[in-house]
Amino acid sequence: MAVSAENKRRLVTAALVGPAAVWLFTFLVLPFTAVVIFAFGERAPEGGYQPAFTLAQFANLGARSAAFANTLTLAPIGALACLLIAYPVAYYLAIKADQKYRMLLISLIVIPFWTSMLVRTYAWMYLLGARGIPHLFELAGIDDVRLLNTPGAVLLGIVYGYLPLMILPIYVSLEKLDRRLLDASADLGASPVSTFFGVTLPLSLPGVMTGVALVTILLLGEYLIPQLLGGGKVFFIGNALVDLFLQSRNWPFGSAIAVTLVVVVVAVLLVAMRIAWRVSGSRQVDLI
Amino acid sequence: MHNDIEFRSVTKNYGAVTAVSDVDLQVPKGAFLALLGPSGCGKTTCLRMIGGFEQPTSGTVLISGREMNGIAPYRRPVNMVFQHYALFPHLNVEQNVGYGLKQMRPRIEASEIARKVALALEMVRLGGFAQRRVHELSGGQQQRVALARAIVNKPAVLLLDEPLAALDRKLRTAMQIELQTLQRELGITFVLVTHDQEEALSMADLVCVMNTGSIRQLGTPQEVYDHPTDLFVADFVGKTNRVTATLETDGRTLRLADGSALNVGERRGMTAGDAILAIRPEAIRVDRHAKPGATGFQGTVTNRIFLGSTAEYSVAVPGLGDFLITSDRRNLHESELVEPGQTVFLGFDPTTAHLFPVSSSA
Repeated sequence: MAVSAENKRRLVTAALVGPAAVWLFTFLVLPFTAVVIFAFGERAPEGGYQPAFTLAQFANLGARSAAFANTLTLAPIGALACLLIAYPVAYYLAIKADQKYRMLLISLIVIPFWTSMLVRTYAWMYLLGARGIPHLFELAGIDDVRLLNTPGAVLLGIVYGYLPLMILPIYVSLEKLDRRLLDASADLGASPVSTFFGVTLPLSLPGVMTGVALVTILLLGEYLIPQLLGGGKVFFIGNALVDLFLQSRNWPFGSAIAVTLVVVVVAVLLVAMRIAWRVSGSRQVDLI
Repeated sequence: MHNDIEFRSVTKNYGAVTAVSDVDLQVPKGAFLALLGPSGCGKTTCLRMIGGFEQPTSGTVLISGREMNGIAPYRRPVNMVFQHYALFPHLNVEQNVGYGLKQMRPRIEASEIARKVALALEMVRLGGFAQRRVHELSGGQQQRVALARAIVNKPAVLLLDEPLAALDRKLRTAMQIELQTLQRELGITFVLVTHDQEEALSMADLVCVMNTGSIRQLGTPQEVYDHPTDLFVADFVGKTNRVTATLETDGRTLRLADGSALNVGERRGMTAGDAILAIRPEAIRVDRHAKPGATGFQGTVTNRIFLGSTAEYSVAVPGLGDFLITSDRRNLHESELVEPGQTVFLGFDPTTAHLFPVSSSA
């Protein structure tokens, strides 16, 4: 039987997109739909979900305000700290570093990623724990230095874990920067500092926004770092979710928090894209 | 005599490679100079040394009489129109043009900047384009923005790095005229880098032909074309037919490869020995039959390219090789176009043809 050109085209499209579409529908769209439905339901007396339509779960979000507060302060602060440390590094790599060593230096940044995040975060747990750095302080006669289970420890873990994710997109945008624009700026009388703020920084903003959005979004859903370095004291929304679903089995309330988190993430993304578009003057901004 | 730009034995090395070798150059104020040469001849390096993007390895570059060694680009009284323009993609046309004015100290008032920018845009005929984004403009318009962005700062010298290379032929011709007009209106020194001899000859009033890092000839377009100092200049600036020959000891008889002799007249500075006779394509007359007493060669037309107002012939001359002839059709009737395969006589005046020693081609 002859296959018409039109049908052939459809078959090819289906073959290319089909598997991913089935996968995403089964493991993303369906579960997320369930989560949205749960969010408007009630907790069954023995735990889990029972059908209802109520906004009670959303009204109750305040009960977990500490998790929201921690996440919504430490995630942006962490992203900002990453940015402040990453930008000079990316700038050095892309503009100043000798071409010969550039790849070597970039691998040095990426190599730690080859070790499990869990293992590296455990290492920090030990370093910040009673037998780690505080012990050194004790030897020096300074007692009662508490590092572990503080917001500072969580922030440190965040910067440590996410720095490469901030460096790489900024590096890429600086690397693509047309060097003749820097010559042109100097030619027009701009000092190196003016050139940086007038040309380099604005043109690297898409990379900055990509890095900030990437790190912020991942941090909003972070679980591991607050769990290990924050103990029970500095917890994120992710930790609250684990608690609600696995411990207290309050699925509807957990779902409401999850839906709220997704809304926040989407909002952050949209704002980041808007800013990147406006500043760079182009619509070709890849966020991830 | 005031020079806007002066090179004093300037050399520029990149590692073991010498890009510019011991160049001396004086450009009078208000001149339109073209640095002309093939790629790698050092012309762009010279331009970048004026702009301050490169520092000479030895020697001195002076701008308006001031030594410029070690002075950064942003402190020099020159502006450049970059190859491919290098417009700022994140700024609109107005902000691009105003960029230089914003850098000036003491600061210029915003209203004054706006006025100057509008004037500069008017000058390059981009009056209504102030708010446009750079990527919305055509190549020709971007070119004019680049021009406005440079001239708005009133530099002592305007540098142009292959400014017309990216434009199509028609636009290029139009921009050549615009650039000339602009230069006359502004009265500032223009330094143009190009590998296109037509561009150099048509726009500049001073042409500097360069090759392998040194200046081969500096002169008016007509001098460079009519009186090339060596074979390289003759070849690079316009087309030439080369005839290898030997100049005999009397200094006026040229023995050609086919054994015939030509009287080339008195040649000062030429010593007897191997030489190359260079004849411009338009200096040769194509006739069906030799006129009585005419000097020239007999040959067969192998190809004809009809160009409208002119025609280009390739003619094979036994023993001497192929000749290229440009024949102006103004004085010819249509029927007088010569057909390929026909035997013709190539007439020329040997006393006005250029004669170079063989070594001058290097």
